Amino acid sequence: MKAKVYVTLRKSVLDPQGKAVQHALETLGFGRSVKDVRIGKYIELELTGTDPAKAGEEVRVMCEKLLANTVIEDYRYEIVEPAREAAKAAR
Amino acid sequence: MKFGVVVFPGSNCDHDCWYALSGALGRPAEFIWHKDGDVSGYDCLVVPGGFSYGDYLRTGAIARFSPVMEGVRRHAEQGKLVIGICNGFQILLESGLLPGAMLRNDSLKFVCSYVTLRTETSATPFTRGIKKGELLRIPIAHGEGNYYADEATLAELEKNDQIVFRYADAAGRTTAEANPNGSLSNIAGICNKSRNVFGLMPHPERAIEASLGSADGRRVFESILAEAAR
Repeated sequence: MKAKVYVTLRKSVLDPQGKAVQHALETLGFGRSVKDVRIGKYIELELTGTDPAKAGEEVRVMCEKLLANTVIEDYRYEIVEPAREAAKAAR
Repeated sequence: MKFGVVVFPGSNCDHDCWYALSGALGRPAEFIWHKDGDVSGYDCLVVPGGFSYGDYLRTGAIARFSPVMEGVRRHAEQGKLVIGICNGFQILLESGLLPGAMLRNDSLKFVCSYVTLRTETSATPFTRGIKKGELLRIPIAHGEGNYYADEATLAELEKNDQIVFRYADAAGRTTAEANPNGSLSNIAGICNKSRNVFGLMPHPERAIEASLGSADGRRVFESILAEAAR
């Protein structure tokens, strides 16, 4: 089982990296297509458990305590079970 | 007064701090390895600058879980002094000993230069010997010194007189131009509510002798020593 964790700066926090990339996209000609850019982190955890609900709760605590700094960052996560992942790949 | 300088893997201002205290000021100072949780023998702990744990995840985020930080927390709870400089400030923020967080500099660049600091309060053990409004020239060197706190926290800091230094121009005005990193309200250093924990991005230990370009950083350490003598 895997956890996919996404961490981004909170909406209320200015993201200078995102702004710089947005500016570069404008230069590339995508100014009309892109309204805003937020840069974040993607963290993948390989989990040992088999209970997705229990794993989800643990991952939430990991995010609160370490993976995100909730003063400046928002996080979200998905728990991915191997069977579903395989089925997705087969499709 | 005995100083302890905490050393994490990746600290790189630890020797400068040690030199400032023991060499320039002639006070007893020792290094404390981050795996050592016992800091009971020290009066003032210095959490120095550098790149603890390579700044992985976020600056200070991993150092915060080093065994020594439990000791630092207990030390602070007893009302003893803690000063966090640069990465040390970031670690104190991550550990919740000081409020707020650090963002990348708004320029996205690492900034290494002298700045002018305006002293915002003398009512801390770290600035007792510096007059309110007095300007100090002290260098900064960081990529993530853009201090952030939400509105309620900023109001709280203002109300409790917890803002210790602000970036200013040569005339002491806290303008946007004088702000090297985009810090909220030009904040360069803050203390906790009980005023015994202090964090700042500038490096007072690098401005300890005139031959280094400035001796203004000495004023901070001299304030600490004067406090101990009170």
